[in-house]
Amino acid sequence: MEITLQVNGKPRTVDVDPRMSLLDLLRERLGLIGAKKGCDHGQCGACTVLIDGRRALSCLALGVAVDGSEVTTVEGLANGDELHPLQAAFIEHDAFQCGYCTPGQLCSAAGMLGEPGPSAVTEDILVDPDLTPEEIRERMSGNLCRCGAYVNIVSAISEVAR
Amino acid sequence: MNRIEGRVKVTGLATYAAEYPVEDVTYAFPVQSQIAKGRVRHVDAQDALAMPGVLAVLSGEDPPPLASGADGELALFQSREVAYRGQIVAAVVADTYENARAAAAVVRVDYDSDDHDVSLRADHPGLYKPDHVNPAYPTDSEKGDIEAGLAEAATVVDVVYETPVLHNNPMEPHAALACWDDEGGLLVYDTAQGTTLSRDTLAQVFGLPKERVRVVSRHVGGGFGSKGTTRPQAVLAAMAARVVGRPVKIVLTRQQMFDVTGYRTPTIQRLRLGADAQGRLTALEHVAYEQTSTLEEFAEQTATPTRIMYATPALRTAHRLVRLDVATPSWMRAPGECPGMYALESAMDELAYALGMDPVELRVVNEPETEPDSGLPFSSRNLVGCLREGARRFGWEHRDPTPGVRRDGEWLIGTGVAASTYPARRRPSKARAVVEDDGDFLVQVAAADIGTGARTALTRIAAEALGVAPERVHVELGDSDLPEAPVAGGSMGTASWGSAIVRACEELKSDGKEGLADTTEEVRGDAAFSRHAFGAQFVEVRVSSVTGEVRVPRLLGVFAAGRIVDPKLARSQFIGGMTMGMGMGLMEETLTDEEFGGFLRRDLAQYHVPACADVPDVEAVWLDERDAELNPMASKGIGEIGIVGTAAAIGNAVYHATGHRVRELPITPDKILMPRF
Repeated sequence: MEITLQVNGKPRTVDVDPRMSLLDLLRERLGLIGAKKGCDHGQCGACTVLIDGRRALSCLALGVAVDGSEVTTVEGLANGDELHPLQAAFIEHDAFQCGYCTPGQLCSAAGMLGEPGPSAVTEDILVDPDLTPEEIRERMSGNLCRCGAYVNIVSAISEVAR
Repeated sequence: MNRIEGRVKVTGLATYAAEYPVEDVTYAFPVQSQIAKGRVRHVDAQDALAMPGVLAVLSGEDPPPLASGADGELALFQSREVAYRGQIVAAVVADTYENARAAAAVVRVDYDSDDHDVSLRADHPGLYKPDHVNPAYPTDSEKGDIEAGLAEAATVVDVVYETPVLHNNPMEPHAALACWDDEGGLLVYDTAQGTTLSRDTLAQVFGLPKERVRVVSRHVGGGFGSKGTTRPQAVLAAMAARVVGRPVKIVLTRQQMFDVTGYRTPTIQRLRLGADAQGRLTALEHVAYEQTSTLEEFAEQTATPTRIMYATPALRTAHRLVRLDVATPSWMRAPGECPGMYALESAMDELAYALGMDPVELRVVNEPETEPDSGLPFSSRNLVGCLREGARRFGWEHRDPTPGVRRDGEWLIGTGVAASTYPARRRPSKARAVVEDDGDFLVQVAAADIGTGARTALTRIAAEALGVAPERVHVELGDSDLPEAPVAGGSMGTASWGSAIVRACEELKSDGKEGLADTTEEVRGDAAFSRHAFGAQFVEVRVSSVTGEVRVPRLLGVFAAGRIVDPKLARSQFIGGMTMGMGMGLMEETLTDEEFGGFLRRDLAQYHVPACADVPDVEAVWLDERDAELNPMASKGIGEIGIVGTAAAIGNAVYHATGHRVRELPITPDKILMPRF
């Protein structure tokens, strides 16, 4: 099936197998290897991208289902040579080791920063909470990091959220 | 120093094994055994071959030849025997991943199945004494008279601790991309913790001279031991590529990883400790029961840390193994030390309570002057310093040892301590250093950076040896065409590669153009010392009296690990290990399916690893220690010691919080609540 989607600001038309996930479409057809396959079941977050501005697991989206959508991958976060503040903070805070979960962490954090509303740890759900470390930890718990860089990930995101 | 490859990792440009752009690539998908023991009677590939895009079905029906003598886990399709459920018995190669996967689902495999045995028991009739334990330690050790020591003890602790099957679960699945050239040379992009070893293994499996094989692993998405030995995906990709005459890519699914990429053996450990009224050990015995497969022997060195930890006149350690119808266990971060120290350090806490003694003081009282088992002098040992510094930072002096008395609403609060240790070894390595045209320096070594920060640490080491700024040094690694080097494993990487780099840089400085080093002779000449890093971990837990949930608000590690090459990266390594140790203590567990064989919980929704919300405050610090006996950097490896002791410290804190001693990992809510029912 032929679909057209905007990927990192560029229109891409692809003939896809209807069984193909958005993740495999990005990685195997468009050569965008930033989104990672960690579990292929929506359990680890390594494949997180932004679909129409919202963070989403690209392994759980079929390619054909995102026809007409705007997809941002980690390759699209930087502004030319200028890193996204989250990317710069991740480097500075050593918020990764092997780097395999990192693109998903970054896309997830970028999406999370724009998400209003309470989380499971918010005390007063009627007020948009400050992004305290506790809020960040809760909101970033869909992105696993086996190297155990969480404390550095939270300090990196905190710096940008401030 | 920030990670050198930081920019490519945060921009998504770093290439992991499955991500190299290769023309005309095809995809392989494995078919796994549905029985735990028996023989493959027939593989019917007819329907699969008729599916769209399918290029080949590989199986034991017409096995592509491999050289004889390959490791049992790698000799794909060479035998019809099934050794465990999940073993690879066939594979489909197709033009796309979707086509390969769909066709793999219709490959029909018929079996003659036999009764299987997948259950480890301490009274299993098949238990035997292996020749040695990993990597080359004596299986047993005995000094003094254990029974006499226990008889004269004022206090005796006799306990059994159990640890489950654990899976490494690096975030990057095991993957390989294989290409053959027209001259019969093989290039494999592999998820390898060591390209030299991976090259040598593949050369052996395919009966090729080493020069005809090249393995490239520029970036590896974690391994924790599971990518230390070559895994079947590399063999399968190369085999399939030869059959279809095109490059083949294979990425194991998360579920397949549980079956064919190794795991930490479950253990049953009996400890008997005797102490006099002052807390001095009179006897210490540690016996470990473990499993291996019928294919290969892997004997984990579980009881070996007990040989070096505490002074005692009577010390015995032993390992017993049983061959079960299971996959072969393998390395997982601190094999041996990690489960062994969990049991020893938990038993030490029990002894402290039995004696009415502070657990820090108990360890200090039993500090040995020389290595208890061998009598060798320590190259350096600062366990007491770590315990004292940790106690000071943690506020240990105010601790009331009474268990089960601190409460904050529904939460019971407790604190615990445990020691950490890990060997500080090194292996021979080669390295090359040259001056480039622009006056910068190129340093080459077939090292691997699996997330440890090796590229960065080695750059610093080379820059220091050359007396130049790190910006002028470029380290090239992750390619078997580079000077041969040992794997990133056993916390030996930096010590081994760094030694060779220092020597190569020294030669470059005197030569002016090039330095080539091979540390084989140097390492062989290392003096006889007991070489270990040490540490102490302090933890606070909150245990819900309603749900049994355990939270860890504070985890502090203090380490004495030689000279720290790069503080920023070192802290990340320590806290990463401690975070994984928290997972071991509270949530990680793979179940063995006794009915059908194989593993249950084969994904990340069921095999729980710590998530961000589980890890509020993990901190690591270190003592200023330099150990010139070890290597030119005076450093000790730090990749593994962080995970050693964490689970024990958590278990000890849970006891302090609740008054209930859990002796089986992980400490899940059911085990906390069980005593109530």
